Order: sequence, then structure tokens, then C-alpha cells
Amino acid sequence: MQQVKTILLSKSVFEDNDRAADELRARLREKGVCLVNVMSSPGSGKTTLLVALIRRLAQKYRIGVMEADIDSDVDAVTVARETGCRSVQLHTGGMCHLDAGMTEQGLRELGDGLDLVFLENVGNLVCPAEYDTGATVNIVILSVPEGDDKPLKYPLVFQNSDLVVVSKADALPYFDFDMEKCVKYVRSRNGAAAVIPVSAKTGENMEALENWFIKKLSEV
Amino acid sequence: MHELGIVMNVLEQVDSVAAENRAEKVLKVTMEVGEVSSIVPELFIDAFNWAKKKTAFLQEADLEMIIIEGRTYCQSCGETYKTTDHGKQCPHCGSFETYLLTGDQVVIKDITAVFGEPERSASGTET
Repeated sequence: MQQVKTILLSKSVFEDNDRAADELRARLREKGVCLVNVMSSPGSGKTTLLVALIRRLAQKYRIGVMEADIDSDVDAVTVARETGCRSVQLHTGGMCHLDAGMTEQGLRELGDGLDLVFLENVGNLVCPAEYDTGATVNIVILSVPEGDDKPLKYPLVFQNSDLVVVSKADALPYFDFDMEKCVKYVRSRNGAAAVIPVSAKTGENMEALENWFIKKLSEV
Repeated sequence: MHELGIVMNVLEQVDSVAAENRAEKVLKVTMEVGEVSSIVPELFIDAFNWAKKKTAFLQEADLEMIIIEGRTYCQSCGETYKTTDHGKQCPHCGSFETYLLTGDQVVIKDITAVFGEPERSASGTET
């Protein structure tokens, strides 16, 4: 005889991933690896900024990079060519974000003996904010042409980040981007996040960004 | 695309619960989805109905979504308000010192499934 029964679960969809992310974070801490999850919209200049930042940090730390995209390996190739550091490309297979499992797989591929690993997440301000990758540090890049009101439109990613990098600051004279407003909007979501405007192209303020990372790495 | 990723996650979890409990098939999945969880219910249902064909136990499953209202609490004046009407700023006192009480959850509440007799005899003597 067949029976129809209801099984109560009351389980958050993100619960398994959150647990896996916490476990990964703990393992990274034991190994002394700092994993930086870099989130942003497509075209914000993530790869260009990472290349400029890695060149500055490469003398102090052993750095690896994981590039996540839906397809292609152009970013991994670019970063490896421009910085000489170890890089792997992760394909999300159509998905709009990385989860802790995919991140861990990428770390294995990258190998041991690193102090600092950058994870360039899929260009998207919605989904990556919802899935904890297990990163030690989360940062979001907001480029000047995108507008100063992004923290209002995509609150979660700004709420979950330790640092907001305002990229393409050399373009400030050409856009109606109000830096004060931007900082205010970030503050309304996240009182603790640092906001650093930089230009990877001209090198403007890159030293401040470098110093932020040096300080952060000494803490974690 | 965002919804599809979450749907795949849900289907995977429900499929394994069904297998663990030796269900024959799942008839219904009930989810609680917050108004401000960034899930669009229509897209979620479409994605569910497309992706369920790829599962072992959910081929005929229906999805029920219970939408949970977004409520925000103001730390400055102690009032609560409807998040989707006012966002981060408290309509009572204008403060930004607010936090979300409820409305961002994406929860699998329960599943309803058909279970067969554990040991059905081959001679067909079941009632």
C-alpha cells in the first residue's frame, strides 16, 4: 500500500554551503593562507586592478589567482602573463556564482605554498554576495562609470565586504560620480568597510590599497 | 540564471532526502522565500519546472512558495516597518540604524512524497 507523507525540513538553501565555507576558512587559517574574494560587475576593471595590485604585493607574498568565469580562460591567461604568478581558471558551467566547493577545488588545483590567493568571482553583484566562498576577506570593486548609487541598488554585496575599491578614479572628471555620496551610501549599509578610490591605469592611490592589504594580511 | 542556480541546489537537496527516506516520488516541495531575498518567484517556478525533469524523484513534483514579508527593525526608535515600502531608512524617525528582521530567507520547509510498502511480496498479496 502506498502512503503519502510530509517530511519537515525547515532548512535554509544556503546552509550546506555556509557550513562548507566555514570549514574551508578554518583550514585556510591553519595553513596561513589568506583568500580574498573579489566581487564586482562585469567590466569594472577587476583583472586590470588585480594585475596592478599583484605587481606591488608580489615581492612580499607568494600569490596565486583563481579566475572564475562562465566560460573562457582569457583572465587567467592575462593575469599569469602580466604578473608571472600562479593562476587557474574556474568555469562555473553557466552558474552566476562560485560556491565553497568550487573554491576549494580551485585551491587544490592551485597547489600549496601560497600566502595570498585572490579569487576573481564571476562579474555580478547579486549572486556572489549570497554564496559564501570561504574567503578570509571579501572586497567589492565599484568602477566610476557604474555610478555612485550602486551600494543602494545592490546592498548585500556592499554589506558583506570588508573593503570597497572605487576603480577607474582617473575617469572621475568625466562622470557624475559623487565620491562623498558613494561613501555615505556604503556607510548606510556597512559601517565597517573601508572605501579606497584608485586608478590602476595612472597608479593613483594604489599605494593606499597596497597598504590596506599589508595591514589586513598582518591581522589574519 | 540566478534562480536556476538556487533551484539546482534545492532539487539536489530534496532528491537526496527522498533517496535517504526511500520515497518513491516527491509530489510537492514547499519553500519559504523572503520578499527581499532577491528571488523572483515566477522565474524560480519556471526554473524548477524545467530542472525537475533531470532529477530522480521530482519529475512530477509541484513547487509551493510561501512568500515571507520583509520587516525591518529601527534601532533608533524601536519601531518596525515594511521593508519593501521604505528600504533601509526608517519611515518613523528617518534613521538608517536599521536591520532586517525577516524576509531574506530561502528555506526548504517540507516535502510531501509517496512511500511504498518496504517489503512488497512478489505474489501480490498486498491489500
